[in-house]
Amino acid sequence: MSDVTTDQTTEQLHDVTVHVNGVPRSASVPARRLLSDFLRHDLALTGTHVGCEHGVCGACTVLVDGQPMRSCLMFAVTAQDHQVTTVEGLCDAPDARPCATGERMNPVQQAFAECHGLQCGFCTPGFLTTITAYLDEVPSPSEAEAREAISGNLCRCTGYQNIVKSVLRAAEIRTERQGDADPAARHTGSEDGQGTVA
Amino acid sequence: MKPAPFVHHAPRSVEEAVSVLAEVGHDGKILAGGQSLIPILNMRLASPAHLVDINRVTGLDGVDVGPDHVRVGALVRHAQLERHEGAYAALPLLRQALVNVAHPAIRNRGTTVGSIAHADAAGEMPAILVLTDGVVEAVGPQGSREIAALDFFQGPLETALAEDEMAAAVRFRRFAPGTATAFAESARRHGDYAMAGVAAAVTATDGVVTAASASFVSVTDVPTVLDLTDVLGGQQTDAADWSAAAEAVRAHIEPEADIHATADYRRMLAGELARRVLRQAAENAAMTKGSTSR
Repeated sequence: MSDVTTDQTTEQLHDVTVHVNGVPRSASVPARRLLSDFLRHDLALTGTHVGCEHGVCGACTVLVDGQPMRSCLMFAVTAQDHQVTTVEGLCDAPDARPCATGERMNPVQQAFAECHGLQCGFCTPGFLTTITAYLDEVPSPSEAEAREAISGNLCRCTGYQNIVKSVLRAAEIRTERQGDADPAARHTGSEDGQGTVA
Repeated sequence: MKPAPFVHHAPRSVEEAVSVLAEVGHDGKILAGGQSLIPILNMRLASPAHLVDINRVTGLDGVDVGPDHVRVGALVRHAQLERHEGAYAALPLLRQALVNVAHPAIRNRGTTVGSIAHADAAGEMPAILVLTDGVVEAVGPQGSREIAALDFFQGPLETALAEDEMAAAVRFRRFAPGTATAFAESARRHGDYAMAGVAAAVTATDGVVTAASASFVSVTDVPTVLDLTDVLGGQQTDAADWSAAAEAVRAHIEPEADIHATADYRRMLAGELARRVLRQAAENAAMTKGSTSR
């Protein structure tokens, strides 16, 4: 036991600041702290789920500078000063809209709700981040492309059929919302934002 | 499933990185994308005391397309090279192979040079480096040197890099005019490690094969090139003896069995994949010969 204590007290700590969902968040962590554990343990953002911890399952996928990456295969010290978007940040997207509960959902979240794209929900955060970034690149994928896009994420409940449907539905919602003004945006700075492209 | 403690070094230059390596000796490891290294650390298959994180080193993230080579810096992510139009035009084989490297999220982070330095025989890019007769640019405290691809890979996960050297870049050599390439692999699930993979390059003049070669994924200990010019040379691109080429491939490779596939199955698979990619490369070489005179 004393060895463990010694290890923990002698391991050098690094002050790490990562911009998470647009907010600079800091913690003092050892170099070996994985980004996934930094988000969950140090920042208490438990939306990012940890499955396999070797890059296979995709549950921990977050967006680093807008691109999907495995947070279990990255150290927090390496993420210093980078922009990270977790599943908690997806509802802040410009094309997120309030849903029945009053919370906001981006098109992918909305589509998963509509198409029953999840059962237990464990893998869902990784799917949501992956698909959100994918649709920015490929706005209207075919079914085959949708399957390919989610091939790096494992789900043990759904059999994937409804997740594929969700990808296609998310593409529709995303397009629908591009023309719409966000009703919530009227309360904040609407005069300047009027008439700008989505 | 957490890495053992290590000392994190964040050098700002290649010189600084190799001087740290020189100090810490065999206990040091370069961290670039980490998509092969961090799983190994998480599973504690390795526990180096020092990690030299090169992600803040400037000048390593460039793709340069030259008349003879495509040069790729140590911080170029697979996805960056995959999407690079100049690199694709100069050497289509890069993208043909890169789309098979794991999944997009891994390719967004993992580096091409890193996967070559990792020297896993199940990796796609080591096989591409040898087929293109490429070069690794190694830098150590005494300066830099170039290592030919076939000398670089010395065993599974073993390279010619010294303890105090890092791979700062690799150069893939462009093929001669009239050459076309193809790549195919077979995995249990899309994006998994391949059970077998084959890259092929075929050169043709007026519809006749003048040179052919292939390299392999997951079926040899180290990446090797099989020259098939003797087997296919002088034959029509649309009617060459692909079965003889497949037979030569089966005789050349040394697959091993694991829980995913027997050695015999991998041998059969590599032969069949070779037949397909050689034929595809030959067809494309015959079609593109008119436009390759630049």
